[in-house]
Amino acid sequence: MPSIYIVPAWLEENHDLEFLRLRISEVFRKKTVIYESKKIDFHSIYNPSRKQYNSSQFLIQLLNNHPKDALRILGVTDVDLFIPILTFVFGEAQLNGIAGVVSVHRLNNKFYGLPENEELLRKRLIKEAIHELGHTYGLVHCLTPGCVMNSSTYVEDIDEKSEFFCSYCSSVIRG
Amino acid sequence: MKPKDVSILIVDDEPSIRNSLAGWFKMDGYKTEVAEDAYEALKKLQENNFDIALLDIKMPEMDGIELQRRIKEIDKNIITIIITAYATVETAIQAMKDGAFDYITKPIDPDELSRLIKKAIEQRRLIAENIMLRGKIEELQSLDEIIGESPAIKKVMELINTVAETDSTVMIRGESGTGKELVARAIHAKSKRRYFPIVTINCGAYPEGLLESELFGHEKGAFTGALYQRKGKLEMANKGTLFLDEVGNISLKMQMDLLRVLETKKFTRLGGDKVIEADFRVISATNRDLEQAVREGSFREDLYYRLNVFTIFLPPLRERKSDIPLLTYHFIKKFSLSMNKDVKEISKEAMNLLMDYDWPGNVRELRNVIERAMVNVKGSRIEVDDLYFSISSPYPKPEGETLEDVEKAHIKKILNKTGWNITKAAEILNIDRVTLYNKIEKYKLRK
Repeated sequence: MPSIYIVPAWLEENHDLEFLRLRISEVFRKKTVIYESKKIDFHSIYNPSRKQYNSSQFLIQLLNNHPKDALRILGVTDVDLFIPILTFVFGEAQLNGIAGVVSVHRLNNKFYGLPENEELLRKRLIKEAIHELGHTYGLVHCLTPGCVMNSSTYVEDIDEKSEFFCSYCSSVIRG
Repeated sequence: MKPKDVSILIVDDEPSIRNSLAGWFKMDGYKTEVAEDAYEALKKLQENNFDIALLDIKMPEMDGIELQRRIKEIDKNIITIIITAYATVETAIQAMKDGAFDYITKPIDPDELSRLIKKAIEQRRLIAENIMLRGKIEELQSLDEIIGESPAIKKVMELINTVAETDSTVMIRGESGTGKELVARAIHAKSKRRYFPIVTINCGAYPEGLLESELFGHEKGAFTGALYQRKGKLEMANKGTLFLDEVGNISLKMQMDLLRVLETKKFTRLGGDKVIEADFRVISATNRDLEQAVREGSFREDLYYRLNVFTIFLPPLRERKSDIPLLTYHFIKKFSLSMNKDVKEISKEAMNLLMDYDWPGNVRELRNVIERAMVNVKGSRIEVDDLYFSISSPYPKPEGETLEDVEKAHIKKILNKTGWNITKAAEILNIDRVTLYNKIEKYKLRK
C-alpha cells in the first residue's frame, strides 16, 4: 500500500518520531510509516567550512534510496542544514515531487540559548514537516495568515502560524 | 503584484547557487529563469520580460557590473540586485551607481533575501504604476484637448464615444494639424484596452527598411548594426492599440506586409523565424486622398478596406471657426500654467485677427501662435502685436483675386489692428476719414 515514509536520519540524538507519524497520517490521510535507512551518508554532504550539511544533497540521497511504494518520503534530521546560497534552511522539498527534508536543529530552543521545551519543539517539527510535505503536493508559500504554508525564515514565524492548511491549500491536498 | 506575476532572472555561473536560489523563489510562487553566464542572460532578457534580475558579480568573460549595464540598456526599469561573495565598498558603490537596487553578500540570510525581494517588488510596482499614471495623464490631456462646441466637433466626439466601445479598426481622416493623434488617444483612453499601451508609429517618418524594423522588430545580426534583438511596435502594442500615423505614405511592399499582419495578427521579427502573436487594435490616420491613391494604384484596395472599417473625418479649423475662441482660451490657460504667467485674456482686436485667418495649419497652428504670443506677452492680455503667424501671412489672405477683394481685406485688417479706431486706420491707409467710412459702407465691414 502506497505510504508516506518518515526517514529519521539522526546523528546525535535518538528521538521518538511516533507523534510525528500519527499527525502526518491524520493530516494527509495516508498510511505513514517510520522507515530506518542505512543508506544516508551524512559525511559526504558535510561542508567543513560552513560546518553544516547540504540539504539538497540529503534530498537527493533520499530520492535515490526510497522504498518502491513510497507516496512521499520525508527525511528528518537534527543536523544544521543549508542550501548553497543561504545561511541555513529549516527544511527543503521538491515542489510537486515526492521528497522533503526537515531539520530540528534550529527548531530547538537550545540553539537560541533558551531552556529546552520538548512540547514546543514537537509542535515546530510537526508544522515544518507538514509544510515541506505540502510543497511536494505543489503548494507554494501561502499568504493566508496562520496557514501552515506561510513562509518561515525565523523560528518565531513558525510559532506564529498554525499546523493547519487554509481552505485553499487544504483543497489542493485533498485533490 | 502577486508572486505568480513576478518573474525573476537568476544569473550565476555556479549551478548549485543558481538552482538553489531558483528553488527558493519557486517555493514563494515566483516565476524564475536561470542563466549560467551573461550572454545567456542577455538572450533571455531579449526574449522575455523580467521584473527582477539577481546577478552574481564574479563571472567569467563578463562580470555582474558590466552585465547590469547591458541589461539596463535593454530594460531601464528592471530591478537589479547584485550578489557577491567578494563585497568591497568599491564594487558595491559601482553597482549602486550603475542603478543596482541593492547588493547582498552570499551566503545570504533567508530573511534578508525575503525582505529584499519584497522591497524590490514594491519598487517595481511603483515604477509600473508611475509609467501607467504618466500614460493616463497624457491620455486624459489628449481628451481635454479635443475642444469645441461646433456641430462638426460635437459629431467627432460622438463618433469617438461610439467607436471606443467596440474593437473596430478606425481610420481618422483630416488635414495636417487637425488633431488626428488626439482622437486616436481619446479612442484608446475610452476603450477596454486603456490599461495597456497605445503605441504610435509615424509611417511617413521612416525609410522602408527602417519602418519594417520598427514595426516587426529584428533579431540580432538581422542586418548591419543590429547588435541586439529588438522588439517591434507590433509586439509593444500587445493588448493595446497600434496607431499608424500617415499610413497613406507607406510603400506597396510594406502595405502587403502590413495587410498580412492585420489579418493574422502573426508575424516574425526581421531575421527570425519564430512566429509571434500580438493582439492589438489598429487606428490609422492619413491626410491623403486614399480613394484617389487606390484608383492610381499607389495604395492597395484590400488594405484600404481593412483599415477603413470606421472612419472619422476631422474638420479643418476654417470650417469650425466658432471653436476658435474656446480653443484660444484653452491654450492661454494651458500655457499660463506651464509658463507660470498670469495671462487671462486676449484683446478683441487680436481675437478678430484669429477669427479672420484661415488656419492652413489648423489647430496645431493656432496652438503654436498662442504659445508664441504667450512668450511675447507682457501683461495679462494678448494684444495684436503679440501674435505672430509662422506658416503664412500674419493677416488674412485676400479673399479673392479682384482689386476690390484685396482692398476690402486690407482695410478690414487695419481696422482690426487699430481696434476700429477710424482716425488711426485712416492715417495708416493714407486716406481721409470720410473715404474710410464710405469704404466701410461699400464693403459692409463690421466689427
